Amino acid sequence: MTHSEKATRYIKDEARVDWHDKALWFVRQKRDIQTKKVPEWETLRELASQIKANVLSELDTYLTQFEENAIKNGVTVHWAKDAQEHNDIILRILNGKNAKKLVKSKSMLTEECHLNSFLEKNGIEVVDTDLGERIVQLRHETPSHIVLPAIHLKKEDVGETFHTHLGSEKGAKDPQYLTGVAREHLREKFLSADAALTGVNFAIAETGGITVCTNEGNADLGAHLAPVHIASMGIEKIIPRQSDLGVFLRMLARNATGQAITTYSSHFLKPNNGQEMHFVIVDNGRTEQLGRVDFRKSLYCIRCGACLNTCPVYRRSGGHSYSFTIPGPIGSILSPGVDLKKYASMAFASTLCGSCSDVCPVKIDIHHQLYKWRQIIVNESNSSFSKKQIMKAMGFLFSHPGLYRFAGKTGRKLVSSLPGFVLYNGLNTWGNGRELPQPPAQSFREWYLENKHKTGNKL
Amino acid sequence: MKVGLFVPCYVDQFYPQVAVATLQLLEKLGCEVGFPLNQTCCGQPMANAGCEKESKAAAKLFVENFKDFDYIVGAAPSCVGFVKEHYDILEQNPDVSHVRTKIYDITEFLLDILKITKIDARFPYKVGFHQSCHALRGMRMAQSSEINGASFSMQKQLLSMVDGLEFIELDRTDECCGFGGTFCVTEAAVSAKMGSDRVADHERNGAQVITGGDVSCLMQLEGVIRRQNKNIKVVHLVEILNGVSFEK
Ligand code: SF4
Repeated sequence: MTHSEKATRYIKDEARVDWHDKALWFVRQKRDIQTKKVPEWETLRELASQIKANVLSELDTYLTQFEENAIKNGVTVHWAKDAQEHNDIILRILNGKNAKKLVKSKSMLTEECHLNSFLEKNGIEVVDTDLGERIVQLRHETPSHIVLPAIHLKKEDVGETFHTHLGSEKGAKDPQYLTGVAREHLREKFLSADAALTGVNFAIAETGGITVCTNEGNADLGAHLAPVHIASMGIEKIIPRQSDLGVFLRMLARNATGQAITTYSSHFLKPNNGQEMHFVIVDNGRTEQLGRVDFRKSLYCIRCGACLNTCPVYRRSGGHSYSFTIPGPIGSILSPGVDLKKYASMAFASTLCGSCSDVCPVKIDIHHQLYKWRQIIVNESNSSFSKKQIMKAMGFLFSHPGLYRFAGKTGRKLVSSLPGFVLYNGLNTWGNGRELPQPPAQSFREWYLENKHKTGNKL
Repeated sequence: MKVGLFVPCYVDQFYPQVAVATLQLLEKLGCEVGFPLNQTCCGQPMANAGCEKESKAAAKLFVENFKDFDYIVGAAPSCVGFVKEHYDILEQNPDVSHVRTKIYDITEFLLDILKITKIDARFPYKVGFHQSCHALRGMRMAQSSEINGASFSMQKQLLSMVDGLEFIELDRTDECCGFGGTFCVTEAAVSAKMGSDRVADHERNGAQVITGGDVSCLMQLEGVIRRQNKNIKVVHLVEILNGVSFEK
């Protein structure tokens, strides 16, 4: 299904849409308040953007530097060219330690690689320990947001889920009670885990260390308790120096949720005594994206989620209306590079209002990239919307003044006066919630021809 | 000063009063205004739908029509921005470059070229200003709410010169109206919901009139208002500047 079809379905429950919109707008407002407290905010954005530009132009150097330093620190480093290799590596590490129970903290990369289902098929129990992720995992859903994975659910939904899966009281919706239930349930999982997997927010070339940002401390708890810590990262997570971390940590949480900083910023450098630490560095299409000049900037993304919160379309269509693992504006510029046909509709799920680009802490020109993907999708993907033909006809009309004027006049007088492009493509969905413009007695052209002698000027 | 009046296709067909107001305003201010009769569309609706290539013919015609004017002025930041930004699809020559650098939205033209400081108009209403995204984040005619910097708005600056006009405050100062070119029909459900939410914000905050600089946004908002039978009027800012009156 296309984004539009799923969104149409989602929007039927208007009360829920309003609630979803307001919840995310509230996050955007918190973000505005926090970022405006930092006078040098725009300087930070520029700096962060430039650091990322430098990283991408020297990516090979920084990656090998990171690897060397990590190895010196006693970490085992693995390279995976795609999702399959990534999953195989994780399974191999687990099997090597005879590990059967894995606790995971939040990682969009493992979502992208569909790690959970792969490991489960291979007899491993995987438990997502981020509260939101655990909720969607219990419901056999996918995250609907990259920072707030269960934002599509109300507390009543969570109560219901916990009642079914964790045996909590029926009808419970008190957040404190529900968090308590989750805590108890997860505590037991943490204590019995054989291995822990975390994502990576930043990997520092200079030190070979990684930084993981969470609000629940679940990355720490998992990684410190289990005998094996695996961290999965995309190749673009590298930053050159420890001092660069300050730039990004000042921005990430402020821009994501309007917190000055995440509750936990956990820095991992070397394994604890008796523990193993593995870094898995994943490409999975990123090098290809790096090679696309118009789209390489999409790799600057630090996954703050602000472009989702601010997007008026995302807020009203919900994360599950986007078919890619990463929804919203950033997902819509990443997904066409993964599968142009399958995700064709996502680049069109935008008014190109540009709010995403202005809210982005690393200055990705998101809406320009959406525009550019549209050109490629229409030209190359044999698009299912058949927009191509329609637009061709329109291009033809508008480039032939006589024909256009005729069509306009006929349209105005005879047809029910649709706006030009609606009129011409015959899709009368404008009537959905809106009246058509009242047709004026005269077009401007007609008025002008009649009145131009009255105006002081000639052509 | 010879000014070419650019009238976007849907303005010509559905909102002629906006073009009339633009013409009259420019003439009042002493410009010699021409209206090339062969003009059609700038090509934006096609291009935003992913058919940039097909919009080339429209773009070429546009340049042909306007290349001989000192300035090209339209009351449509969205279309003007498109000409400026996206006419790199054409082979660049002095004509294309002239059109791209000398095209102005009416607001910019009044403030930056004619440098007007007062307007002889009265509009005694509570006005909700709809900030169009293309004027905001494309043409940077105002500070967007995402950016940390001093707030300004060229369009509101102009409107503040009008006697009696009172701005209302919106809960969301610059959220998109949901029009988005072909988005309004390809994503009709989300588009209509966005429009409805925008109108509700103006209504909640006591707007008697909604104004703005882009007719496409106003068409969207007016469509919602008329469907929902709201008692809010929609006028383009040039109509206000030109002294529109609701009294018959
Ligand atoms: S694209 Fe920018 S705003 Fe969106 S998640 Fe990535 S860093 Fe955040």
